[in-house]
Amino acid sequence: MGGPEIERLVALLAKLPGFGPRSARRAALKLLQQPELRMLPLAVALAEAARATKACGECGNLDSRDPCSICADLHRDRHLVCVVEQVGDLWALERAHVHRGLYHVLGGTLSALAGQRPEDLSLHPLLARLEAGGVTEVILALGATVDGATTAHWLTDRLKSFDVAITRVGQGVPMGGALDVLDDGTLAAALRTRRAV
Amino acid sequence: MEWEAPGIILDLRPLGEGDSVATVMTEAHGTHRGLARGAQSRSRAALWQPGNLVQLRWVGRLEEQLGSLTAEMVHPAASLVMEDRLLLGMLTAACAVAAGALIEREPQPVVFGGLLRLLARLPAGPQMLNEHIRWELSLLAALGFGLDLSHCAVTGETVDLPYVSPRTGRAVSTAAAGVWRDRLLPLPAFLRDNSEGDLPAWRDGLRLTGTFIERDAFGSHHRPLPQARQALYDMVQALAEGRS
Repeated sequence: MGGPEIERLVALLAKLPGFGPRSARRAALKLLQQPELRMLPLAVALAEAARATKACGECGNLDSRDPCSICADLHRDRHLVCVVEQVGDLWALERAHVHRGLYHVLGGTLSALAGQRPEDLSLHPLLARLEAGGVTEVILALGATVDGATTAHWLTDRLKSFDVAITRVGQGVPMGGALDVLDDGTLAAALRTRRAV
Repeated sequence: MEWEAPGIILDLRPLGEGDSVATVMTEAHGTHRGLARGAQSRSRAALWQPGNLVQLRWVGRLEEQLGSLTAEMVHPAASLVMEDRLLLGMLTAACAVAAGALIEREPQPVVFGGLLRLLARLPAGPQMLNEHIRWELSLLAALGFGLDLSHCAVTGETVDLPYVSPRTGRAVSTAAAGVWRDRLLPLPAFLRDNSEGDLPAWRDGLRLTGTFIERDAFGSHHRPLPQARQALYDMVQALAEGRS
């Protein structure tokens, strides 16, 4: 194949999520075939993003501003804070336009089995925000996994001294989901968290 | 090489984007690791949760290889206790202790049976702590560190045994304890008379088994007691003292 420069490009691309050696080679080839059209603008965009992006000091979101554009948006409901595991979860909620409050990115979950401890998570900015007052509800939007549930219980315990409502996102049947194809765990959670209509 | 058996998922370590290295336990194969392809995927993540009871199939070209695991759900134990902090703590503690303390690929049918019963009946409530502590005693016995709670190590008495020696793991009577009672571990009555027990008794029971699991099962390998097991003790202690 090509020289060491191309090999290095393929090796770096292959480390990205969703890429393997074959797809990395295809992407590299596409970029190299029209470098002015695709590769150089991409290189500039990558360099600019790497230079400008920083973690928001208030919520942990990735943005070119600190505080991020969500925290700085005065039109958002500052009484609501939604706690998520990762920046990707925040972006998913923003994409769905379902939450108009603020966020807090924990940076992971407690993992009793993998040894992820409370001190490994970003909690202090959330506590500082609650201590500052104004927040009336904290929504725990953590994964429906053993680690996510363990983290939710721990967070509930840590936040109970504050005068805020602590809620959790619902669990159960997804939109468009037929019951007969759902796994047993999801069905059990759906039935357990049923509500009056 | 391949086998198929009912089993328990104990631990999952992410591998790449969608796969995990799973530690499972079966009656005939003990704790066993294998590559679980797609375990982190949207469609399989609910199944590959610690504590779930599943039908497992392991395939490897050679016996000593990691091999790959596939599973079908039998009982979604994890999702049934996620709402309850104490029950979830028991599930994670039991899985962490089993995954860390048992020798890989060494059959432990008694430990497996006890863990299976414990996880299947966890939703019954906090009284399952009684069974959890008994299961830890059976695990210690299976590893060769069994406690002798039947008679006093000093006098041979078979009644009035409120203590256990942290050095020998044998019961000690009130008379024999004397001035050393503060150095001994409390032996909760439910472990002797098969009563139900309560929160202070369960706390003492967890302290008792935790001391020996930490020293003998994990300490001998220079590893600390799993965080999940310590968290369970802290939780029960807080409940027993009315702090939670």
